[in-house]
Amino acid sequence: MASERYDETTAHETGANERRLTFPVTDLDALRTLHAGDRLRLEGHVIGIRDATQIAIFDRGEMPRMDLTGAAVLHTAPNVRALGEGRYEKLCIGTTTSARMDRFTRGLMEQYGVRAIIGKGGLLADSLPVLQEFGGVYLAVTGGAAALETTQIEAIEEVEFEELMPECLWKFRVRDFGPLVVAMDSHGTSLYEAVTAKARDKLAELVARL
Amino acid sequence: MPPSSDTRPPSARDVACTAAYVAVEEAAKQTYLRALKVLPPDLKEALVRARANETDPGARSFLDIMLENVAVAERDDNLVCQDTGTVVFWLEVGEDCPLNLARVSAAVKKGVERATLEHPLRPNAVHPVTRKNTGTNTGRYLPAMHYESVAGHTGLPADALKLHCLPKGSGSENMSFLRMFVPADGVRAVKRFVLECIVEAGPKPCPPTVVGVGLGGTADLCAALAKKAVLRPLGTRSDDPAVAALEDELLAAANELGIGPMGLGGRTTALAVNIEWAHTHITQNPVSVNLQCWAARRASAVVTPAGEVTYGF
Repeated sequence: MASERYDETTAHETGANERRLTFPVTDLDALRTLHAGDRLRLEGHVIGIRDATQIAIFDRGEMPRMDLTGAAVLHTAPNVRALGEGRYEKLCIGTTTSARMDRFTRGLMEQYGVRAIIGKGGLLADSLPVLQEFGGVYLAVTGGAAALETTQIEAIEEVEFEELMPECLWKFRVRDFGPLVVAMDSHGTSLYEAVTAKARDKLAELVARL
Repeated sequence: MPPSSDTRPPSARDVACTAAYVAVEEAAKQTYLRALKVLPPDLKEALVRARANETDPGARSFLDIMLENVAVAERDDNLVCQDTGTVVFWLEVGEDCPLNLARVSAAVKKGVERATLEHPLRPNAVHPVTRKNTGTNTGRYLPAMHYESVAGHTGLPADALKLHCLPKGSGSENMSFLRMFVPADGVRAVKRFVLECIVEAGPKPCPPTVVGVGLGGTADLCAALAKKAVLRPLGTRSDDPAVAALEDELLAAANELGIGPMGLGGRTTALAVNIEWAHTHITQNPVSVNLQCWAARRASAVVTPAGEVTYGF
């Protein structure tokens, strides 16, 4: 489990135990080496995506122009200032709850080659076999920590589906993006499932003595 | 019908209070922005205490990042969280407050619209069927406004109005629950339900959460009380001893669940359990749970009829 990988001081304090990865990955099986509990920092590009974006892509069949092969997508809808001609300045960018968008995991990986989904709160159990099949991972961010996350996003390079503002498809250039925790891996492990199972056992015990 | 933004020509009383309506609009704008950017001291202290109490390195790391983020937001004058929320105002009206509440509502709405367009802030308000975004974080019935008259309220001047702004993030608002229990279910059912809601929500509302509980009343009142409970500063307890004891018991039980920061394990699942209650019908016992994320944003302002504004949390 995760705790065995850490020193007494946290990885956040020391910066230790953090693996650095650049996205998009060129080897679509590269993330199979990651295991639940691993900590990461990302470089390169991260693609912002959200409910309305994925409803447009998968339910209405509107294909994005951006190449998502090997990409890391981030569940987000940012605060931006419009600069005109499809250009936007970042104001505040953070991460939203992933479970709402669970049903799009297969489409993202199978049809578009996405390999990492960054969010908070986890995907549902339905996504685990999809991550196994395609060598994908779910990376947990610290939800609500948007001011900090914004400092790790260098620029908004491209925007599609502008009519869905703020739920567009966003191409962010990132630096030192994280720390992220591999919360669901391609080997069938979900850290959320372990915590939830324990919480349910504890709940039964608590209810018995209320 | 929702309140209309079309208002009649001003009365003599309205003219006398013109400065106050301008002040209410500005206070609505500023409390919204302040809530989004600066977390209340009681919340920051609770996060620091939670950090000290955690032994799990992963849990400690999440709390470290939360605390770092709070500092970065203040340093950069940025939003703590990107979700600018559904805007809720709880308005306390002093017993001698001369302000026309229709005009107060219009001013609050205008203040939220100005904050959204002038800052700018992410617009979240959409039509429930067409999903068309209004672009202003306002719309039909939005911002949500709850008025409460507070005769004899300590601390609020009798002629003043107090605005409490609560920008409610969707991750936690989606974790809202209501159950109509019956007397035979007993208080035990209430306790079980609150804990079940916390487990059901799991990692989704960005724990550690402030657990707002409405108890009693009717279905609608109960849900509103749960929202009001979220506004209560951390460390305060119900003024009713039986309810305060229930708060203590539920907080201790919640933190035995092991859900932890961001739902990935740890000792701190809830920062507080706040219960607001109302008397209820002999046949029923409604319970509502409104979870609030760790970034439990709130800001307040007191506005006098002369238009003087004092800001707080």
